[in-house]
Amino acid sequence: MMKRDLTVTVAGVKFPNPVIAASGVYGFGEYYTDLYPLNLLGGISCKGLTLNKRNGNTPPRVAETPAGMLNSVGLQNPGVDTFINTNLPRLKKDGNVIIANIAGDTPEDYAEIAKRLSETDVDMLEVNISCPNVKKGGAAWGISTEGAALVTKTVRAVTKKPLMVKLTPNVTDVTEIAKAAESEGADAISLINTLLGMRIDIRTKRPVLHRNVGGLSGPAVFPVALRMVWQVAGAVKIDVVGMGGINSAEDAVEMMYAGAKAVQIGTAIISDPLAPLKIIGGIEHYMDVNRIRRITEITGKVEPW
Amino acid sequence: MPYRCGSYHVIEKTAISAGVYSYAILCPEVAVDARPGQFVHIKVEGFTLRRPVSICDIDHKNGSIRIVFEIRGHGTAKLADANVGDNIDMIAPLGNGFTLPDGIAPDRRVITVGGGIGVAPLLGAAKAFRENATAILGFRSYDKIILANDFKQSDVHVITCTDDGSVGLKGTVTTPLEAELAKNDTDMVYACGPQPMLAAIVRICEKAGVKCEVSLEQRMGCGVGACAVCACGITRQDKEYMLMVCKDGPVFKGEEVLL
Repeated sequence: MMKRDLTVTVAGVKFPNPVIAASGVYGFGEYYTDLYPLNLLGGISCKGLTLNKRNGNTPPRVAETPAGMLNSVGLQNPGVDTFINTNLPRLKKDGNVIIANIAGDTPEDYAEIAKRLSETDVDMLEVNISCPNVKKGGAAWGISTEGAALVTKTVRAVTKKPLMVKLTPNVTDVTEIAKAAESEGADAISLINTLLGMRIDIRTKRPVLHRNVGGLSGPAVFPVALRMVWQVAGAVKIDVVGMGGINSAEDAVEMMYAGAKAVQIGTAIISDPLAPLKIIGGIEHYMDVNRIRRITEITGKVEPW
Repeated sequence: MPYRCGSYHVIEKTAISAGVYSYAILCPEVAVDARPGQFVHIKVEGFTLRRPVSICDIDHKNGSIRIVFEIRGHGTAKLADANVGDNIDMIAPLGNGFTLPDGIAPDRRVITVGGGIGVAPLLGAAKAFRENATAILGFRSYDKIILANDFKQSDVHVITCTDDGSVGLKGTVTTPLEAELAKNDTDMVYACGPQPMLAAIVRICEKAGVKCEVSLEQRMGCGVGACAVCACGITRQDKEYMLMVCKDGPVFKGEEVLL
């Protein structure tokens, strides 16, 4: 049997395989060590970090939807300093590529968090300008080219760490936002964050989520994510990491054909904590059956009509 | 405590009242670590979110656990389709169970208070104390009563209440609870049920100066603490925290829960 090569390079950082745990579903990795060693994953994108600790939104924060779910967690996290002192050392020891996902109310917040992380051995920053569940900041920066450019530029000015900018799908033309981030120095783009959605309990007339609206994820959003990854990969020269409803190795392979160099797995981990391992195994199987030696060979190789 | 994720055989299925089912699941590697008050997180084919179900009883000899659940929606209805011999995909055991002291003085006792399907996780806790436990079980009416005989068979003293008085005492569980606490021989109260009931129990126990633990319910995501959707407000040393029902609970000290 020929030797497979699953390694990929995103923003200059080498991953042993293209499967990354997405931010928000994986905490800082600590909850899954009962099941398998974290270094089986290509990388881990940590729970979104803010400058100070955040308690998140009032529950209920989750609702089921056809082939998916809504969440309105609202960036509950211990703050960047606790992450650096408590979580990061263990993550670096146990995992492969460690990505810090960062979010702020203002560009200055983003810059301050990035500055503090620059002095650590975290491998990459994922600038979250796409969280739909907070009043200030988050997606507010990601819905305009000016906002995306300003945050990217401000963070770029204070860090040499590889910079990935995570985009929201709740925009008219995602390629314009991607290009704005690229022009201000982003090394990679990741997309999509969740789609804004809602559910109502018709017995109580109240929205299921206490915040009324929240982010839709899961298999339901996969075709939207795939389309956007394809569009963005065609519009920028920097690397693209695809996510949004990936639930199987086939989905991951589709995402790579569309132009993603690596993929992130989110909601599938909530359904099945072993999903990332099953997806890695399935990708290997696909490579064997189709005599693909390097996984990078398939990135962007969709043949549009 | 480590948890497992796997597929396990249903070895016994009983419909114990309308829309309420009891499964015995053979899972020696789970049963060995399981404690009363913990829960299992079940994948139901076709649904994104797993269903958390509390562990009702643990059979250490047989290597099995028992779960009792109520059909609440499409997911639990689908779960109720499983038959003996079918596999259940679950993550278990999860969360923190009830604090069960190693021993109890012969003249002291504990009280478990359950409302509706909330009586299920209390069976395992009550059984640990046998005749030193009193179980107060509250239901809407006679046809909703579940597990009363299981408590009795374990030598637990049982007080049944129904809202309509069709069986046992008429009214809520709080009246018999106050009467039992007045005997001044209770070490601990364990409770599970609807939120307003838990709030009332916490108040009564506080007044009586008796320690109390409550098992909470919340819409859940991952079940292991990672996704942060099943939050609940908790006060510890006068500070408020957002904790996770799945990881930090589902059992909390009565006085620290913001109900």
